[in-house]
Amino acid sequence: MTSTSTHPTQPGRSADGGARGVAVELTGLRRSYGDVHALDDLTLRLAPGELVALLGPSGCGKTTALRCLAGLEDPDEGRIEVDGRDLTRVPTNKRDLGMVFQAYSLFPHMTARQNVEFGLQLRRQPGQQRRSRAAEMLELVGLSTQADRYAHQMSGGQQQRVALARALAIEPQVLLLDEPLSALDAKVRVQLRDEIRRIQLEVGTTTLFVTHDQEEALAVADRVGVMRGGRLEQIASPEELYSRPVNDFVADFVGVTNRLHGQSHGTTATVLGASIPLLPGSAPEGAATVLVRPEHLTVALDPAGPGTVLSASFLGAHGRVVVDPGGAGQQVIVQVPSGSVADFAPGATVTLRPTGDPALAVAGTDG
Amino acid sequence: MSGQRASMRRRQDLFRWVVVSLSLVFFGLPLFSMLEFTTRDAQGHRTGATWSALADFGAISTRYPDLRAGFIASIGLAVLTVVVMLVLLVPTMTWVRLRLPGLGRTVEFICLLPLTVPAIVLVVGLTPVYAWVTYFLGGNAIWLSFAYVVLVLPYAYRALDAGLRAIDVRTLSEAARSLGAGWGTVMLRVILPNLRTAVLSASFLAVALTLGEFTIANLFSRTNLQVAMYLIGKSDAQISVAVGLASLVFAFVILFAMSFVGGQRSSASPLTRLNRLTRSGRRKETA
Repeated sequence: MTSTSTHPTQPGRSADGGARGVAVELTGLRRSYGDVHALDDLTLRLAPGELVALLGPSGCGKTTALRCLAGLEDPDEGRIEVDGRDLTRVPTNKRDLGMVFQAYSLFPHMTARQNVEFGLQLRRQPGQQRRSRAAEMLELVGLSTQADRYAHQMSGGQQQRVALARALAIEPQVLLLDEPLSALDAKVRVQLRDEIRRIQLEVGTTTLFVTHDQEEALAVADRVGVMRGGRLEQIASPEELYSRPVNDFVADFVGVTNRLHGQSHGTTATVLGASIPLLPGSAPEGAATVLVRPEHLTVALDPAGPGTVLSASFLGAHGRVVVDPGGAGQQVIVQVPSGSVADFAPGATVTLRPTGDPALAVAGTDG
Repeated sequence: MSGQRASMRRRQDLFRWVVVSLSLVFFGLPLFSMLEFTTRDAQGHRTGATWSALADFGAISTRYPDLRAGFIASIGLAVLTVVVMLVLLVPTMTWVRLRLPGLGRTVEFICLLPLTVPAIVLVVGLTPVYAWVTYFLGGNAIWLSFAYVVLVLPYAYRALDAGLRAIDVRTLSEAARSLGAGWGTVMLRVILPNLRTAVLSASFLAVALTLGEFTIANLFSRTNLQVAMYLIGKSDAQISVAVGLASLVFAFVILFAMSFVGGQRSSASPLTRLNRLTRSGRRKETA
């Protein structure tokens, strides 16, 4: 799991250097549907021009948070501020926010150009100015040649590009992306997510991106917030979130994690017979489950080793070896160079060792 | 194997032709009989006298004043019924779909209820209501449109429901709202254009039903086209039947005209679109 995010432009500044984004602040948001608390005292701040991704399992409240910011849901409690202005009870159409939806949302009876011009017409922009802005936006998303096509004449990726152009055409204060890539196939998804990041950096609009795809979140966001049960578990840069999760939920949810039995000594832990440093927030002394990433383990063939290889897979850039470390049926995933995958035949005996990178320990042992 | 398939295809073709022929006979024979009856004189000789008399609208209006009044009333009733039905149903159904999906079943039940109530029973129920309608608005036949809206509700509901199911109303309206559109703009510029086929179908059904309605108008002692034909039939059967045939042709012309005018931007023919909507209602109509 790696983040491919590059930040050639400082958040909050457009490519031409001008500050375009605004600050967004959600404070103490609560929203319930009967007994279900979709948002439970959610507080979130976005710096001007920042792209924040909200990540979490289904039902964690990420979409509800975005819809509250959009004005499509009313929070039961809490406050929503954009650029210092209280928008909590302002209707959606007065909020000046652009939104791209998970479902294809182009107006079917309009061409791509008419879709992009729609918001500008509502703002009573003169025809010539409107047409030129629509052309500029379609150019930005690489669809200037498709301007006269209707939604049904475009692919899913193209439709989402037009939806992005339509949302950006009105120069919104904040751009809201509600899982815009989830209906697309894998290749288009990667292409479009990089494009979204490029465009966001170019226009400098503060952006909230909701997704359940961790790779997507880590790849495009300045910061990623992991949500569970309507709360933010952790919000941090992708690198920090991955390497220093604050709890086992975040560690488990972001990337692949092995849960290994170990012994915590406060700042270090003994696991697989070796000592490794512990991250802040780890369990105090005692038996613990240590959360170790696959790339923070090494595996070596050892005829007298306690572990047994269960399977080995070639995954392209790297390989994956699944090991039972002590014959107890536990499965540990180890990342290995792709060239050495063939060395680990199922049934081979091996020794596992941690690389010494810090890990998180949680109290108690699984099972 | 291919021989069996060819034989099955031949049988299907034959069956199709039999069904089409029977349908043509079923619908065409009465019309042909009407034409036959109106083109014979008392001695059985072929004549165009009845149709010539009907073509002279000024003279026939003077001779049968009820016919003129009934014709004008039916046209007015059709227009007002369509307008009231659309104004009532389209926003309500859209709103229920967007904001009160739990009420969908109830609205459907209410809209389909008139199917189960015979017109005669409806009249009994509406009599006290129409006493007030007459008191406030007068006794003009045009106010029968309120009763006709109730009559067309089940058919119009089905047509509009199929249209609403074919588009993602929630996402489209939310997208429009996020771009700055108020609810009026959402309805007029986003929802309605995408419901064009459904609105047309609902309107066709309303027009067809209104132009053919007799029971309620007769029982309320109002004169529409059907009542006028009934009254003329008592004194001149040939004119009455000729008017009946003409009104059928007129209804077809109106429906086709509505279809062409309302569906100009669609590449599909009016019949194809009507068939498509009534067949599934789920297929997405594209602009």
